[in-house]
Amino acid sequence: MALATSPPEAPAPPDRKTYSSDAAGLGRVRASVFAAPALLLIAVFLVFPALWVLYLSITNYRLSGVEARDPQVVGLDNFFNALVSGKFWNSTWLTVEFVLGSAVIGQVVLGFTIAWLMRDRTGPLKRLVEGLVILAWILPSAVVSFLWVALLDRDGGTLNLLLGIPGFAWLLDYPMLSIIVFNTWRGTAFSMMLYGAALGNVPPSHLESARLAGASGWQQLRDVVFPHIRGHILTNLLLISLWTFNDFTPFMLTAGGPDGKTEILAVYVYKEALIGGNLGVGAAISAIILLINLVVAVFYLRLLRRKS
Amino acid sequence: MSAIELRGLTKVYPGGVRALDALDLVIPDGEFFALLGPSGCGKTTLLRTIAGLETATSGSVVLGERDVTNIQPGARDLAMVFQDYALFPHMDVTDNIAYPLRIKKVAKAARGDKAREVGERLGLAQLMDRRPGQLSGGQQQRVALARVMATQARAFLFDEPLSNLDARLRLEARTFLKRLQRELGVTTVFVTHDQAEALAMADRMAVMEAGHIRQVGTPAEVFQRPINTFVASFIGSTPMNLLDAVVRGDSLEVSGCKVAVPESAAGLLTDGEKIVYGVRPEYMSYSAGPAEGALGGKVSIVENLGASHLVTLEVGTASVQAVVPEGREPVPGDDGYALPRADRALAYRDGDLVAAGRGGTEAGA
Repeated sequence: MALATSPPEAPAPPDRKTYSSDAAGLGRVRASVFAAPALLLIAVFLVFPALWVLYLSITNYRLSGVEARDPQVVGLDNFFNALVSGKFWNSTWLTVEFVLGSAVIGQVVLGFTIAWLMRDRTGPLKRLVEGLVILAWILPSAVVSFLWVALLDRDGGTLNLLLGIPGFAWLLDYPMLSIIVFNTWRGTAFSMMLYGAALGNVPPSHLESARLAGASGWQQLRDVVFPHIRGHILTNLLLISLWTFNDFTPFMLTAGGPDGKTEILAVYVYKEALIGGNLGVGAAISAIILLINLVVAVFYLRLLRRKS
Repeated sequence: MSAIELRGLTKVYPGGVRALDALDLVIPDGEFFALLGPSGCGKTTLLRTIAGLETATSGSVVLGERDVTNIQPGARDLAMVFQDYALFPHMDVTDNIAYPLRIKKVAKAARGDKAREVGERLGLAQLMDRRPGQLSGGQQQRVALARVMATQARAFLFDEPLSNLDARLRLEARTFLKRLQRELGVTTVFVTHDQAEALAMADRMAVMEAGHIRQVGTPAEVFQRPINTFVASFIGSTPMNLLDAVVRGDSLEVSGCKVAVPESAAGLLTDGEKIVYGVRPEYMSYSAGPAEGALGGKVSIVENLGASHLVTLEVGTASVQAVVPEGREPVPGDDGYALPRADRALAYRDGDLVAAGRGGTEAGA
């Protein structure tokens, strides 16, 4: 009689094992077939170019000339040359300024402020503000760049007309400030939406509890809101820092000028590799940029993981 | 500590929903007061309006001698326990309890001492360094209470303080809260949708429906003499029997049975009038044999309540429920007779209680 109940239980363990390692029940071969197209795309468009850049960075490959036909491996010369050149460090410093100014300060502060002010609002004002901010984000770079060139133009620019100061050359006199403001305007939407969603996760009772204790607006932010959205803030910083670090759009406003004052790393690579034709040097700088990105990413991820 | 007085308090939400409709209410100093009602009746809105988290559309809120209607929540000297306790997850128990003191700029050492003192009193001494995430529901509730007690609040407001606890703990917490309130003597208003909780804890209670206070009184008054059929059906673990009846001389005809006129309505009913006859299942005595003035019918359902049983009788077209002590319960299909206690039965005309000296205070009607 005991047999009547025991058989169904006996095969259970092996059953469960296959279940956990092969939930779809496809088997290794068929599963690989399904995954292959995606892996192939990743290999062709992500892995190969990255490896190719690493290879180029140790050659003297050029766009034209003898080295274009017959590039020689020159070891780490390109890296050494980049690291001892004043232009590289100048570009790096400009990039740090650009990232801190337009992403870490500009987009984060503006994005959070808009999200905070709009958090309890509904209706046309909220839709209008969000619509405008998101519009700046989704328009193609070439289009917004042209708009800003028109806005900041020295002679017929909209801004000078509005301010009544014709002849003021924003892009020549304040080039870094111009691209920082431009990129803040351009990219705030992402931070605004992310913080908007994050603020929705802050329990209203926590804010109300602080209000009943008499906490001011700033104290509510410090004691309730920021601790709650810390993870969102770090994720946001990570993403927009990296995006801004690699951003090329400012080139369309200033072309890196005047006099190299807005020659951020992305622009520097472009000029070195494609204008100057030194593909090997450009590849080496690209590899260094990749390294800097990794360091920044690891820094933020460390902070994120420290979240108790 | 101070009394709370509401005068013509009205709250209309954008869109025209009248959450509170000209409420008048006085809660004396030191009272444990319950706001009871079904969801959407306005009880939480009322509590939040007292706290200042909602602004009144008209009317006023007076704390002690002070009109606080237009004063910020933080300046009202009120403390509130939220339904989810609203403990800050990134602060330990000490910091959570001391938070209101920190906002009031009490020195760090002093507020730490105060937090420990209150925490010890609530049995949290071993937990002062933990984060809320490391505490059980009951412990979290005590931290929330400690935070409220650490402030020198004039009154406490509890929003559904027990609803996040499991059933077993809820009973313990009920007793604990009642004792604590008695010891502290601070005016306390709490919101609940659970009538048993309100009856068990409150000194006095208000039953709300659709933005109105339907009845204010002690739990005994509200339980024994509900002012209208809404309160009658809302209060009580087993709902009151509300049966259509016709006055026939000096007795009532209910579903073909003849029952005595409720004592409270004696002399107030006219012959031939249609009324609603109300009697709680607890106020029925059940017997297997016929009795004078009893409602007789077939037993359809028997529900076990532990020490007693809830028996449902089919009397004519109506269902009548009676509570029967253990050991004497019938089985479905039996004939049964439920005799109402005339001194506990009630008569309702157009939904309102018919009685000379009505129990409790009527409000809002």
